[in-house]
Amino acid sequence: MSIRELQEEIVDEFSMFDDWMQRYEYMIELGKSLPLIDEKYKIDENIIKGCQSKVWVHAQMDDDKIAFTADSDAIITKGIIAILIRVFSGQHPKDIIDADTDFIDQIGLKEHLSPTRANGLVSMIKQLKMYAIAYQTQLN
Amino acid sequence: MVLLFLYKEINMLDVQKIREDFPILKRKVHGNPLVYFDNAATSQTPQVVIDAIVDYYSNYNANIHRGVHTLSQEATDAYELARKKVQQHFNAANSHEIILTTGATHSINIVATGFANLLSQGDEIIVSALEHHSNIVPWQMLCEKTGAILKVIPMNQEGELLMEVYDQLLSDKTKLVFTNHISNALGTVNPIEEIIEKAHKTGAAVLIDGAQSCPHIKPDVQALDVDFYVASAHKLCGPTGVGVLYGKEDWLNKLPPYQGGGEMIDQVTFEKTTYAGLPHKFEAGTPNICGGIAFGVALDYMNSIGFDSIAGYEQELLNYGTEKLLAIDGLRIYGTSKNKTSVISFNLGDIHPYDVGSIVDKLGVAVRTGHHCAQPIMDFYKIPGTIRASFSFYNTKEEIDILVASVKKAKMMLS
Repeated sequence: MSIRELQEEIVDEFSMFDDWMQRYEYMIELGKSLPLIDEKYKIDENIIKGCQSKVWVHAQMDDDKIAFTADSDAIITKGIIAILIRVFSGQHPKDIIDADTDFIDQIGLKEHLSPTRANGLVSMIKQLKMYAIAYQTQLN
Repeated sequence: MVLLFLYKEINMLDVQKIREDFPILKRKVHGNPLVYFDNAATSQTPQVVIDAIVDYYSNYNANIHRGVHTLSQEATDAYELARKKVQQHFNAANSHEIILTTGATHSINIVATGFANLLSQGDEIIVSALEHHSNIVPWQMLCEKTGAILKVIPMNQEGELLMEVYDQLLSDKTKLVFTNHISNALGTVNPIEEIIEKAHKTGAAVLIDGAQSCPHIKPDVQALDVDFYVASAHKLCGPTGVGVLYGKEDWLNKLPPYQGGGEMIDQVTFEKTTYAGLPHKFEAGTPNICGGIAFGVALDYMNSIGFDSIAGYEQELLNYGTEKLLAIDGLRIYGTSKNKTSVISFNLGDIHPYDVGSIVDKLGVAVRTGHHCAQPIMDFYKIPGTIRASFSFYNTKEEIDILVASVKKAKMMLS
């Protein structure tokens, strides 16, 4: 599926919920399904700065596509990153670079997008895109 | 008799009436009534202070200490009256010992930067393990500049300073001692009288960071015999961007100016500039005039309620909150000194404080989560951070019940 299709799928899933509690509970569930980072990559160099909770992200190229794995010590943060990875992992670097992230707003997580928000969703998106830029440069 | 009197005074604090003074307490967050428990970061603003700010900009906004015109004179009078109020509040001997700053961090930096000229290689500086980053980093920078050595008074599991180690750290090499009056992360009240007295015996100067104590205690800088005392207005029902540096006259005269600019000069020629006297030497540029005036009004407001009543009532809230929170299975409180103010720092088992904070926010409860700018304390307990609920005199037991219910809900969702 394309990034756009995956985003629409997630928006659909979240539209079933009436209130924030259900959304958060679902996010916590998603967090549990996060493709976990290999312990050997859980090192300081892979920590995303700007998050109150710790977030580790690892990226590797697989047939012109980027595979992301990650982990966090906070469950809600794990849920957020699981959503991002579901959208971006297995995609071509150029598509990741070009993708917008408006769907975050549509699934009712807008407050997490504030640059001052301590979970650093903005930092996470930036980091995933940085990986994409780096790999795109290699492909060129 | 004294106890009876205090008890009576505590009972006189009419919380419902006080809450009427704070318009923000009526607002809703995510559809729920706001429960504001982040007072240790910033206190809320009573209407009289808001009115003072509006009055300044509506009626006499002008630059101070310069103009001969009426507005400038009115603004100058009001600003200097505020300085007098701050002087009286802290019981400083002279109003020129009160430097109005942008906040406690600015105040600390004035002293830390000034001491660069007074320290030499091998001199020692003592700080406490309970410090906020703003009372660690400036001294580290000072040590890097001067070759002085930073020593740390450690703490125990309760979050109390180990005073016997302090005794050992003090020597004739000690030039400065810095500690907070009350820890922002744990609420511990430090024995500053003892810290000051012992430091003075070795000839060291003492700076006390009163950012967390001033909302609860009215410090008497002369009785404490403290050399420097700093505080921020925004934790005292005043506006943000205003604070105070109290310094003994002798010390302030010894320190060089912090910044160059207008206000702080006496004579300027291209060959040489002579500096203005106290307090203007440390107040370069146009200050936060409105903020300073509003700070004075905030102090009046808090004094009209009375610090004995405030402290007594907040202690009641602390006891109530501690008891109710501890009844939640798996909840641990960090900072368990008998001598603490209305701050409860806690965690729910292994659940990350950020997760709990996010959920209680959805329920309208404002708490702080994270390391509270005191990473060494979190390292000591080997935790990423805590959830911190800090109570003020306008909070109620009913609000604590909402916090407790919210924490329980968070626990249910996150376990």
